[in-house]
Amino acid sequence: MTNVGIGARAPGALESIQGSAQDRRRPVRFGRIWPWVVFIAGFVYFFLPLVATLEFSLRARPAGAAYTNVLKDPQFSGTLLYSFVVGVITIIVSIAIIVPTAYWVRLRLPRIRPLVEFVTLMPFVIPPVILVFGLIRSYSGAPFHLTNVSFGSDLLLVAAYTVLSFPYMYRAVDTGLRSIDVRTLTEAAQSMGAGWGRILLQVILPNLRVSLLSGAFLTLAIVIGEYTIASFLIGQKAFGPYLSHLGQNKSYEPAAVSLISFGLTWAAMGVIALLGRSAQGRRGGIQVAGGH
Amino acid sequence: MTTRAAPISEPGARSARPARRRSGLSYLGVVPFFLFAILFMLIPIAFLIVGSFQDSANNDAITLKNYGDLFTPSILRAYGTSIEISLVTAIAGAIFGFLLAYAVILGGLPPFLRTALMTFSGVASNFAGVPLALAFIFTLGQVGLLTGLLNNLGIHIYSAGFNLLTKTGLEIVYMYFQFPLMVLIIAPAIDGLKKEWREASENMGASPRQYWQYVAMPILLPSILGSTILLFGNSIGAQATAYQLTGGTLPLVTVTIGAQMSGDVLHNDGLGYALAMGLVAIMGIAIVAYSILQRRSERWLRS
Repeated sequence: MTNVGIGARAPGALESIQGSAQDRRRPVRFGRIWPWVVFIAGFVYFFLPLVATLEFSLRARPAGAAYTNVLKDPQFSGTLLYSFVVGVITIIVSIAIIVPTAYWVRLRLPRIRPLVEFVTLMPFVIPPVILVFGLIRSYSGAPFHLTNVSFGSDLLLVAAYTVLSFPYMYRAVDTGLRSIDVRTLTEAAQSMGAGWGRILLQVILPNLRVSLLSGAFLTLAIVIGEYTIASFLIGQKAFGPYLSHLGQNKSYEPAAVSLISFGLTWAAMGVIALLGRSAQGRRGGIQVAGGH
Repeated sequence: MTTRAAPISEPGARSARPARRRSGLSYLGVVPFFLFAILFMLIPIAFLIVGSFQDSANNDAITLKNYGDLFTPSILRAYGTSIEISLVTAIAGAIFGFLLAYAVILGGLPPFLRTALMTFSGVASNFAGVPLALAFIFTLGQVGLLTGLLNNLGIHIYSAGFNLLTKTGLEIVYMYFQFPLMVLIIAPAIDGLKKEWREASENMGASPRQYWQYVAMPILLPSILGSTILLFGNSIGAQATAYQLTGGTLPLVTVTIGAQMSGDVLHNDGLGYALAMGLVAIMGIAIVAYSILQRRSERWLRS
């Protein structure tokens, strides 16, 4: 490829091109092999643990027993449902907080944008184990006693996950807002008499559909498998701690649940990839739809 | 776009909201966000900070004793192990992830492999914690698939001294989410390497080594350094994978903090808080080092 480029750019030097092509033959051949070597190494690293997990889950007798046992276990469906509901509530809370904030910062308060960005990035600096440590010590004692009742723990769990989702959600929403003309849309809506709530719900939110969905699925993927925060706040009611407990007490079932959990992550990422692709193709159309 | 729309909408909009009202009332719009962040992020952290300066055995008197207590052998070992694992997996993950991303983007591999790798990386970098630890137990544990395969070939890794439930084992496991993260964050930088630069340097007679030394590396270095530090932070804050794999026998800082939370293993609350602050400080130093390094290499790039 480089030879073609040189040939096209140096028309006066035909004879030297032939020479240089021969000189470079060796490195080019090596240059073609190493990307394959690296890729295959990565491929093996990626799939070997999955294959091993599958193989292990199939060692159970009778065949497929690991999967039927898991699906029959009410704790499996119970914890999965619980984590899913927590994930959905987290997404709703996160959207309700981030969208108005990102919109408002973009429209009226560009000055405090660095501060908002800094705060949304803080969860990257604070490991989950420290966040949950602080939450428990702040709200388990007087005067809150939140962790004494299960609703209080659920509340703290949603709050912690909402904080964790801030970096992803803010970046997704901010990117989405960048691609639409926030000011013009707002002024158009205002001139037709819309209030702030109506602007946010009926003009801005529909325009952010794709960004919100990708932020939402990422949040869901993180929340469903999360272990550290869930295990300290609520224990085995959630999917992550349940899987961990299973891993310590059963042999084949954990393999089956791990694969299922991996499949869920895969599905969430697949949806995000699809959304990203459709966003590129339809961006103009979406903006028009919001402007109506 | 804004300027095009301005002649129609600006006059009306301007009269609707006078400039003076903006400064005070418009801050109301971001109150929910900051309130939430204060309640569920800043107050918990502040609680740990304050606690780390209090002597829990002595009526919460202000003290630096907790930080002094960090310098006991067992706690220093926990920090050492955490930092070592994070350094090793960050550097190894950065190198391998970079090579992998370079291979699919500029290495001449079929384009569909790039899409495949990006999707895989998105999944793998989010596949951490309990299921990851389990998957590696099924692969490289005592009765794992790979262990068995190697045994059949006459290579007995466990009698040769390998053990998955050690530092080395944990490093192998962490690599599973480290290098895919590197692929994801370094890909845009590699995309930014223009083919023309390589052609131009070759036209001027540069060897591949010279191209890398004087053109490609200076351009990529800030991104590579930044990504490596991100990987470091990604690994030093991890708790679930290590806990599931070793059951707490490998003393990482995060695992020790977790143990302190479920039962007072340090017999001292304040020491637990100081331990947590030490971890936050390491993350902070990493971020500051990153921004300094990046600014320096960018300045060097410009001149």
